[in-house]
Amino acid sequence: MIEFKVTPIRNGTVIDHITVGMALNVLKIIGIKGENVQSTVSVLMHVPSKKAGWKDIVKIEDRELDPKELDKVALISPNATINIIRDYNVAEKFVVEVPDVVKGIVKCQNPGCITNMHEPIEPEFLVESKKPPMLRCIYCDRIMTEVSDYII
Amino acid sequence: MSSSYKGADLVAIRDFSRDQIEHIMDLAEKMVPIALGQERSDLLAGYVQSSLFFEPSTRTRLSFASAMARLGGATLGFDQPGGSSVQKGETLADTIKMVDSYSDVIVLRHHSEGSARLAAYFAEKPVINAGDGAGQHPTQTILDLFTIRKAKGKIDGVNVALVGDLKYGRTAHSLAEALALFGAELMFVAPANLQMPKETIRAVDKLGGKPKTMTSIEQAVPEADVLYITRIQKERFPDLAEYQKVAGSYKINNALLKDAKTELSIMHPLPRVDEIHPDVDLSPHALYFQQAFNGVPVRMAILALLLGVIE
Repeated sequence: MIEFKVTPIRNGTVIDHITVGMALNVLKIIGIKGENVQSTVSVLMHVPSKKAGWKDIVKIEDRELDPKELDKVALISPNATINIIRDYNVAEKFVVEVPDVVKGIVKCQNPGCITNMHEPIEPEFLVESKKPPMLRCIYCDRIMTEVSDYII
Repeated sequence: MSSSYKGADLVAIRDFSRDQIEHIMDLAEKMVPIALGQERSDLLAGYVQSSLFFEPSTRTRLSFASAMARLGGATLGFDQPGGSSVQKGETLADTIKMVDSYSDVIVLRHHSEGSARLAAYFAEKPVINAGDGAGQHPTQTILDLFTIRKAKGKIDGVNVALVGDLKYGRTAHSLAEALALFGAELMFVAPANLQMPKETIRAVDKLGGKPKTMTSIEQAVPEADVLYITRIQKERFPDLAEYQKVAGSYKINNALLKDAKTELSIMHPLPRVDEIHPDVDLSPHALYFQQAFNGVPVRMAILALLLGVIE
């Protein structure tokens, strides 16, 4: 008998090929918190991967997330794939792509930046390079590369 | 030139093209007699400038006030946040929204990087960045370009040595990029640990400048047409002895200048600490006080263009 560590989901969204160690940051970046979810969310960390050695996986049951919404995952996990599952089958599959503008997701790493001073604005960045992600703060002009440390 | 300046913000030097900067300098040239008080003007009569200086400044603040007054306009504002509601915890965004309704143009110096961009976001009136922390100071860059053009008759092909703390002084970065844009030849003279960041060197390279980097000022002096000295900021050094060693290595005095070209010009954004010996003030090389004066006609031109009274 095959033993599944985590069973397949019937309906929902699977985010696969997450850079190992980034699963919780992925949940954070897409805004999945305990209180705003009505279904089961499974997080698999450090799963063997043919491509990358190890990976993380996130499964959100009974909810189809908008692929556009998920592009921001690419900031911390550029090779992640999105699978929309319907009745146990992969109905749609997408590769995440870093958006051109990143707003309200990441804070500026420059402690002297005005966006870190309790002003009524959301931090906003222009994406200078997508792989690896490189963001330029539209306010202070500082370039940041270690995006995962600065997720709001 | 089009009227594309009217209502525009000047937050970073990159906001304007080379042609636009040339046009500002051409207009600044015409403003010189008014800046000197030889001619009177009421070009900006009835206009009000808000001058918000959250950080100390002598030259920038006074030259903006002088520029506005020479053109018949008025200035209101503060030169320290102590006298304003900022001390009571008001956000910059609220301060800006308020002064936006009191004036026609806002001049802002603030300690936080990106503050001028934020002000431009909230203000309908033009915002001029007069220095945002370690960020941009575009009117200084334009007056530096103007000073070189005026002294040398051109910028293209002029050999400019930027000397001092080139790593942290971001005004040095935007000046380097602007000089490269105008075709100047560049030398970056700094201690190894304070040399121009790679990104700036790359940006300069991309603009066709092929900067030489060096640590020795003696090596730069004979080649340079302009020595642009910046202050080495003491607060950057964890070790005072290290600072003194570095600061001491870039002192300009007449002995150092014996191998200089006769037409060498020395510039400094001021205030100086001891980078330039006072004896040099009397030499024909000293251009820094002229440079400080040039802030007035350049800022007159910028105000007139952003307010749309001149196209």
